[in-house]
Amino acid sequence: MSHRYQQIALLVAIALLLVFPLLGDRFYVQFVTRMLIMVVFASSLNLLVGYTGLVSLGHAAFFGIAGYIVALYSPEAHAAGFWSSLALSVGGAALLACLIGLLVLRTSGIFFIMATLAFAEMLFYLFHDTSIAGGSDGIYINERPILTIGGWVPIDLSNFVHFYYLVLAFAAAVILLLRVILQSPFGKVIVGIRVNEHRMRSIGFDTFRYKLVCFVIAGALAGLAGYLSAVQFGVVNPEMLGWHQSGSVLMMVILGGMGTLAGPVIGAFSLMMLEELFQSMTKHWQLLTGVVIVLVALYLPRGLAGLLPARPAGNGELPSAGSSASRSASSNTASTGGAPAGVQDRV
Amino acid sequence: MSETVLETRNLSRHFEGLAAVDGVSLSCRMREVHAVIGPNGAGKSTLVNLLSGDLRPSAGRVFLRGEEVTGFAPPRISHLGVGRSYQKTNVFLPFTVFENCRLAAQSRLGSSMRFFRPARRYRAVSEAAMRAIEQAGLHRQADKPVDTLSHGEQRQVEIAMALATEPSLLLLDEPLAGMGAEESLQIVELLKTLADDHAILLVEHDMDAVFALAGTLTVMVNGAVLESGEPEAVRASRAVQLAYLGDEHHE
Repeated sequence: MSHRYQQIALLVAIALLLVFPLLGDRFYVQFVTRMLIMVVFASSLNLLVGYTGLVSLGHAAFFGIAGYIVALYSPEAHAAGFWSSLALSVGGAALLACLIGLLVLRTSGIFFIMATLAFAEMLFYLFHDTSIAGGSDGIYINERPILTIGGWVPIDLSNFVHFYYLVLAFAAAVILLLRVILQSPFGKVIVGIRVNEHRMRSIGFDTFRYKLVCFVIAGALAGLAGYLSAVQFGVVNPEMLGWHQSGSVLMMVILGGMGTLAGPVIGAFSLMMLEELFQSMTKHWQLLTGVVIVLVALYLPRGLAGLLPARPAGNGELPSAGSSASRSASSNTASTGGAPAGVQDRV
Repeated sequence: MSETVLETRNLSRHFEGLAAVDGVSLSCRMREVHAVIGPNGAGKSTLVNLLSGDLRPSAGRVFLRGEEVTGFAPPRISHLGVGRSYQKTNVFLPFTVFENCRLAAQSRLGSSMRFFRPARRYRAVSEAAMRAIEQAGLHRQADKPVDTLSHGEQRQVEIAMALATEPSLLLLDEPLAGMGAEESLQIVELLKTLADDHAILLVEHDMDAVFALAGTLTVMVNGAVLESGEPEAVRASRAVQLAYLGDEHHE
C-alpha cells in the first residue's frame, strides 16, 4: 500500500520538477538547478559512503577538478564544445579518482578518511598557491560551452530554463544509473564489502578491484556535478575542491540517509533550503544548520529518508528510490523566500 | 587411493616468537575427512587460517593438487576450489540466507564487473545458491535475514556459503560449536554426504562427531602435530591419552 503512495508521490514530484520553471522566477529556477547539481554530487558520494562503506572526506577533489578542466579547456574568446568539454572533465575526474584510489584504498577506517582528505587538500593548495588557474581568485569561463548535435543547437546553456532541464535530465539519469548498478552483480559486491569485507574475500572476491572501480565511478559522477556547477556559475575557484565542500556534501548524504537512493536527494534539497532559510534569519546561520544536523544524527540515525515507510525486507536489497524526489520537490515550491545566497548565479 | 587435494610441508606461523603453528605436515585426500583435534590454543584455527590464506605462513609450504599456493591471498585460494567456514560465525547478517549464498555463488561468475543486468537474473548463480541451501538443510529459512536465525542455523549458513562456491576442499573450523545435540546430528549427516565428493579438513571439539566422521585424525598440541593416523590408532596412542584425551577414553 505505502509502496503505491510512494509511486504516486514520485510521479507528482517529477511532474512538479518538470513544470516548475514555467511557474518559478529566475532566482528560484537557478536555486533548484543548484540543488539538482548537488543531488548528483551527493548521490556519487553516497555510492562510496552509503553503499560501499568508504567514508571519503575528499570527494570535492573530483567535483573541483572537473570544474577546473572545463574552465581551462574553454578558449578565452569563444565557446568550447559541450560534449568534448564534458567528456574531458568527467574523464579527468575519473582518472584522478583512479590514481587517488590506487593509493587511498590500501588503507581503511580512519586512515582512509585522513588519506582522502590529504589528497583533496594537496589539490586545493596546488590550485590555491600556484598560478595554474588564477590562484585563490579562480578562473572564469567567459563563454559557456555550446551543445550541438550535428550543427543543431537543441539546448542553450546560457538560458537558465534550458540549463535547468539539462541538469534535471542528468540528475534523473544518474539516479537511474545508480539504481541499475546497485541491482547488478557489481552492486551486490560493493554492498557485501560494506557489510563484511573479510568474508567477501574469503568467498573469492578480490575486493580491492571492486572498491577501485566503485571509487572511479563515484569520482566520475562527482566530476559530472562539478562540470555542471562550473558551467552554471561561469567561474571556478579553489573552494570548489576544499574540505568545506567535501564536508558539506557528506552532510547532505548523512542528513538525507546513507545507503538509499532517496537519501542524497532529500539531503541535498533539505540542507540547501535550510541554509537558505537560516541565512535569511540570522548572520549565525551555520550555528542553526549545525543544530539541525546534530539533532538528525541523534534522533534519525537513518537520516530523513528513514522517515519514509520502509519496503518489506528483500534479499539483502537496500530500499531504493521510493518517494525520493517527491518530498524535496514538494517543498521546493513552497519556496523559503530567503535573500539571494552569497553566490550570484550568472546563468 | 584417491587424489591428494591438500598438502602442507613444515607449515609454521610465529606470532612474536610464539610458534602458534610449528612445522605441521599433513595432507587431505578427496573423499576423506581429516579431523584435527587438540586442546584450546593448540593452533588449530591458525592452521585453518594459513590454509585459507587469511594468514601468511612464517615458514613451510602449502600445495593444492600438487601446485604450490603458499602465501596466496584468500580470493585466489577460494578460486582454486577451497571453501571455508569460520569458528566464529562470519556471514552477512542483515542479508537473507539466499542472498548470503547467492553472493558466494556469484563469485564463480569469474568477474562481477557486470553493471547492468540485475543480479537476480543470473539464473545459474541463483540455482547454485539454492542447491547449497538445500544441501545444508536451510530451504525453509532461505528468505529470512540471517540475523533472525538461531545460532545453530547461522552455523549452517556458514557451511551453505562455503558450499555455494562449489569447492572441492572444505576447511571447516568447529562447525558444531554451540550447536544443540539434534542440530549436531544433522550436520554430521550432512558432512558424511559431503565427504562423498569433497576433501574435508575438519577442526572439531565434539569427539563423537570426530570419531563418526574422520578417516584420518591428527592431534595438535602447542602448535605441533603430536600424533596422526587412523582414528583408532591415534586413540590408542599413549602420548595422546596423556596429553589430550585424558582418562575418559581409557576404559
